[in-house]
Amino acid sequence: MKHLLLGDEAIAQGALDAGLSGVYAYPGTPSTEVTEYIQLAQAKQPSGVQCRWATNEKTAMEAALGMSYMGKRALVCMKHVGMNVCADAFMNAAITGVNGGLIVLAADDPSMHSSQNEQDSRFYAKFAMIPCLEPSNQQEAYDMMAYGFDLSEQLKTPILLRVTTRMAHSRAVVNTVDQPRQQNEKSMPKDVNHFILLPAFAKRNYAELVAAQPSFVAHSEEDGHNVYVRGAKPEKAILTTGIAYNYLMENYDPAMGRSILRVKQYPLPAALIAQMVKDGAKEILVVEEGQPVVEELIRGMVPSDVVIKGRLTGDLPRMGELTPDSVRKAIGLDPLPEHAPEAIVVGRPPALCQGCGHRDMYAALNEVAREYPNPRIFGDIGCYTLGALSPFHAIHACVEMGASVTMAKGAADAGQHPAIAVIGDSTFTHSGMTGLLDCVNANANVVVLISDNLTTGMTGGQDSAGTGRLEQICYGLGVPQEHVRVVVPLPKNMEEIKNVLREEINYNGTSVVIARRECIQTLKRHLKAAKKS
Amino acid sequence: MKKDIILAGVGGQGILSIATVIGEAALQEGLYLKQAEVHGMSQRGGDVQSNLRLSSEPIMSDLIPKGGADLIISLEPMEALRYVEYLKPDGWIVTSCVPFLNIPNYPELEKVLARIKAYEHHVLLDVEALAKEAGAPAQAANMVLLGAAIPMLGIDHDKMIAGVARVFARKGETVVNTNIAAVEAGYNYALSVR
Repeated sequence: MKHLLLGDEAIAQGALDAGLSGVYAYPGTPSTEVTEYIQLAQAKQPSGVQCRWATNEKTAMEAALGMSYMGKRALVCMKHVGMNVCADAFMNAAITGVNGGLIVLAADDPSMHSSQNEQDSRFYAKFAMIPCLEPSNQQEAYDMMAYGFDLSEQLKTPILLRVTTRMAHSRAVVNTVDQPRQQNEKSMPKDVNHFILLPAFAKRNYAELVAAQPSFVAHSEEDGHNVYVRGAKPEKAILTTGIAYNYLMENYDPAMGRSILRVKQYPLPAALIAQMVKDGAKEILVVEEGQPVVEELIRGMVPSDVVIKGRLTGDLPRMGELTPDSVRKAIGLDPLPEHAPEAIVVGRPPALCQGCGHRDMYAALNEVAREYPNPRIFGDIGCYTLGALSPFHAIHACVEMGASVTMAKGAADAGQHPAIAVIGDSTFTHSGMTGLLDCVNANANVVVLISDNLTTGMTGGQDSAGTGRLEQICYGLGVPQEHVRVVVPLPKNMEEIKNVLREEINYNGTSVVIARRECIQTLKRHLKAAKKS
Repeated sequence: MKKDIILAGVGGQGILSIATVIGEAALQEGLYLKQAEVHGMSQRGGDVQSNLRLSSEPIMSDLIPKGGADLIISLEPMEALRYVEYLKPDGWIVTSCVPFLNIPNYPELEKVLARIKAYEHHVLLDVEALAKEAGAPAQAANMVLLGAAIPMLGIDHDKMIAGVARVFARKGETVVNTNIAAVEAGYNYALSVR
């Protein structure tokens, strides 16, 4: 059947059609739509696929490993920086190996459209010494799910599927199979010790992983995802990976006669690279989306007199995503005639929605903070990061999920007062709770302001893990009940909110202020749904 | 047949519904299609765009090269100008003339409109007023804009109307009819000024 699908949706449908038993994920652009698609499919036609959001990427990865342990197929989805959160589980899943097929989807965001860095997840596959798949279009993304699960079960290893924003959020027609594969039956691992990473067992496992590397390379060379075509003028060659191939082909003229090696599966196909050199390649242009991963790797795989060009040599931009234009330039073509940019156009940065509770929270916080000589407000990841911009200019730091709480603690340890953390409800349960326990144990002089909009807002309103239980969580972590305060961020409550903030800032110890009002976007959706029913 | 289209606007205005209708009609025509969208942070009132590529041959890049777009369709006049680098020298700009004012430094509207008029191939229209005249709600303004772009799309008018009908079918006959009325209003306007 033919469907018009986003890359993310193609991955989701591919997983369902490949006998998926569970998807585990924390929302993050550009990966969110994979899990949402599976949730919607399960709501329409339930087939017992677990698809509830996880609290963070680490819990997701571990639960998926548990599903795989039981012989079933599991998918973990996250944005690139989520890989850092789940890295402990991910790296060690490479050592335990898998029972049921396990695919880890990492959606990278070069150019940082909606992220704080542009790290390339292919490094993680290399680091963990596992195979990595990098589809170049939506159809391949769909097809690679069945292939990836089969390969994972055959090689007994997790597989990393790496996509980037333009794959994840671009639509194209995808042909799907008529008959989905059945889910795996439950089956225990044949050798339980494989999953017990005591040093004695781990050493044996690691030796097996090292010994398996040549077979991983052989699959890269023989399974048809990596294709080498000798050109009529083979001294100039191009190695291109994933969606970068599309930008190349958008511009490429067959008369150029270059040898082209197209890579969609890692580890790199050493034999195909050797063949390219044997055919006479004196110069290899590496066209890859993301960081110069391949460009660095192949320097150790070809003779030193072969010139390697790419992002490190300035032939392509060192940073940011590729475009048809940057690749066009790299292969020596003149730009298309174009209009000059219009000087009259000004920037239109995103902003908090009108009527959003974060706005009222920041309005109150800013007024109170101004009463102190040098306040420091540590922000976190979510819509409320926009509090850094006009008109609020409210935060003085924002690094990664949960850092607001612990950076405020560190600052308080260094003598800062007031030290205030601003964190959303979903980010708090993702990675803020452990930091709050650190604060409590040290009775750090911080105020943790949880801006609770009852959802994961930035990514479009997914369920938030702690909804309805934030006070209990804070009590449980040891925050005194009288210092867990709840306010409703509305203009009419401004004086009350300011008083609560003042009292807790002046309290010498750890306190929590929860500013709770539903996200205006999910509220609209809920009202609309209620009207219909 | 090959059409590269940039859809532009402000997060929340509804450019993706325009893309959905064009996509529906294109697929019925058996055309290849690629559509790159913007999700995430920019959707909160920031500038948004979508690259829509239609072709009778397979399409490689998800992104339109600079100087490659046949058409910019924009729900906001300044946003139309944001992407002129991507427009072919003889490409069309079809845009609403109604500004979306959510920034303090929005340029003088008259100057923005003058810049649009400086392009030989442009259709500038008040989509909200035309929607109202056609008896359609304000939410159908994007369908007026779609209608105004039909003459440049390379897909027959009747096939586009059929696409509108299919996309809105599950919302009932009234919604289908008001949206078609909105599309026709835009279409007729574009024919009258072209």
